[in-house]
Amino acid sequence: MQARIKTLVVATVVALPLAAQAAEPLKIGILTDMSGVYAGVGGKGSVIAAELAAADAGGKVLGRPIQIVAADHQNKADIGVSKAREWFDTQGVAMINDLTNSGVGIAVQRLGTEKKRITINNGAGSTALTNKECGPYGVHYAYDTYALAKGTATALMKQGLNSWFFLQADYAFGQSLQNDAAAIVSGMGGKVLGTVKHPLATTDFSSYLLQAQSSGAKVVGLANAGGDFVNGVKQAKEFGLKQTLVGLLVFDSDIKALGLNTAQGMKFTTAYSWELTPEMEAFGKRFFAKAGFMPTMTQAGVYSSTMHYLNAVKAAGSDDADAVMKKMRSTPINDFFAKKGVIRADGRMVHDMYLVEVLKPSESKGPWDQLRLVATIPGDVAFKPLSASECSLVKK
Amino acid sequence: METLASPSASRLEKRVNHPFVSYLPWLVAAVVCLAAPFLIYPVFVMELLCFALFAAAFNLLLGFGGLLSFGHACFFGGAAYLCGHALKVWGLTPELGIVLATLGAGVLGVLIGMVAIRRQGIYFAMVTLALAQIVFFSCLQLPQTGGEDGLQGIPRGMLFGFIDLSAEVMVAGSKIPLAMYLFVLTLCFGGYWLIWRTVHSPFGVVLKAIRENEPRAISLGYRVDAYKLTAFVLSAMLSGLAGATKALVVGLASLTDVSWHMSGEVVLMTLLGGMGTLLGPVVGAVTVVSLHHELSALGSWVTVTIGVIFVVCVMAFRRGIVGEIAYRMKRSF
Repeated sequence: MQARIKTLVVATVVALPLAAQAAEPLKIGILTDMSGVYAGVGGKGSVIAAELAAADAGGKVLGRPIQIVAADHQNKADIGVSKAREWFDTQGVAMINDLTNSGVGIAVQRLGTEKKRITINNGAGSTALTNKECGPYGVHYAYDTYALAKGTATALMKQGLNSWFFLQADYAFGQSLQNDAAAIVSGMGGKVLGTVKHPLATTDFSSYLLQAQSSGAKVVGLANAGGDFVNGVKQAKEFGLKQTLVGLLVFDSDIKALGLNTAQGMKFTTAYSWELTPEMEAFGKRFFAKAGFMPTMTQAGVYSSTMHYLNAVKAAGSDDADAVMKKMRSTPINDFFAKKGVIRADGRMVHDMYLVEVLKPSESKGPWDQLRLVATIPGDVAFKPLSASECSLVKK
Repeated sequence: METLASPSASRLEKRVNHPFVSYLPWLVAAVVCLAAPFLIYPVFVMELLCFALFAAAFNLLLGFGGLLSFGHACFFGGAAYLCGHALKVWGLTPELGIVLATLGAGVLGVLIGMVAIRRQGIYFAMVTLALAQIVFFSCLQLPQTGGEDGLQGIPRGMLFGFIDLSAEVMVAGSKIPLAMYLFVLTLCFGGYWLIWRTVHSPFGVVLKAIRENEPRAISLGYRVDAYKLTAFVLSAMLSGLAGATKALVVGLASLTDVSWHMSGEVVLMTLLGGMGTLLGPVVGAVTVVSLHHELSALGSWVTVTIGVIFVVCVMAFRRGIVGEIAYRMKRSF
């Protein structure tokens, strides 16, 4: 009897912490902009996408319930990084996803390196994430500025549109978009006839558009984003600009804001849009049923990358960052978002990109039917080659 | 009862006038601040301290000098960048980086102050805003600041060359960066003490006189511009101290720190807490920063909530939180 009680006590003492550990949820953090300019691109939609991924994984991984936590970084790197720090230090968040805004993205990826936690970037486009600022636990998933500029510029050059004029937002992001696009144009034998810089959040584009018009270039490339892009396109239409207008970073939500009447015929590169393939459509419709709007490439990327992460946790049998990262790199990604997608040594997830064209109002079949697939750009062509990466983790 | 009450009351009066009592608030604050990192997340407490110092420095100019600057973010953020650059690129020790950044903010303060104090009221606010925007756009363009990516990965480094500020101590199951916390606490208390001394010095009295009636101060023979400029530069340097310390705490400096939103936020902190009171800006800063932090899970409701609080403050208690309490208790804090 005595012995039995002893074994029972010992068994309970040993089992208790195990049971407690098993019940502890696996936390995934969605750090995004919920109130500012990128709220439509990431925001609440990213939280819904992550919740959808958690539900599709059965709500549990390794017997632990999956919990999604979310916070608004308000586009302030210090708020973002202190929230992420708190998540890592006190709440045991295992992975942070989305990270719209490159300032926040880089800061949190650095923190992930310091704290040995995985960070996945879907919202930010800066190529610095996989070059100068790359980290062993950082993944850049959905897109980057290089792939967008390259896809669009290459396609138009092939059509014989070989003289370009750029309208560039006057800060690092606009600079890198313009550089990447201009390098491709001149590399393919085209000519860059001029570039004009405009300050961030410009409302009056008239003088810049006049310069673009008088340059005689066949293409006017807009190396800016969001509100600047929308304003630029609207005013170009009002001016009756005859040249081909091209956006170098366009989200579906921008097209929605412009309306098909204004945006029709415009070509740009994207990683996801629900009209492109049947699988994408299936995901888009499932997402729509929950959210009430179609997902952007960032939100689709959040779903796909969260799913990939959860599968890697399952395969690795733990949430240890090193083990999970190893599995994430060794397993190709095959879902609606990517076919044979691979995470490279610098953290870049390489997958196909798509060149799309905005439909004419008469061609659109519904309020969300706005794009047509023009060409698929294979991943190894779309993204900056690993040999050109400035990342210190890449062995050369 | 009455016969018993009166001697004890006089004894109480004696006790109130005892010099110890005037130090009591400082002691309470010190105890609270020393206990805080064990109860609340320490990095957040350090951020609170930095913003409290920033608001207090701003209040020195607005509350006691009567000058509403709408460009204080340029000192805060400018110093953050300078400190970050000094630590990361030049490899200076943290104390040197902070001293350099504070002096840098002082130089910027002299330049902006010399132009701005020639005007009053709305014109003063506009001149400071315009000059701060120049600083903002310079930070956006300069390659050293990293543009919108921000200046990332600022090392905490070794204080005086031998105290490791990134070291963490295990206390009751949680890691606390004790050395860093004490360093930040010392800096912020030092800055706050300087403000307290300034307000209670003859200089502070003249400053208040200028605020109340400038022509009269001139007619009494005070060189008003020199006083205003000194107050402006002092406020700029203390804002710079707060910004540089914050850059060290969070390990980055970004455009947020220099943008006009930050200038607006510090006005909000000061007004909400109580303009012209010493404790007010601290309470205001803690309120606003905590709201930003705690409500960040609510998304767009952050701005709405802070807006509503500000409206309530303006409608119901215009003196601010501390100002209103002080008015009801007929005491100054």
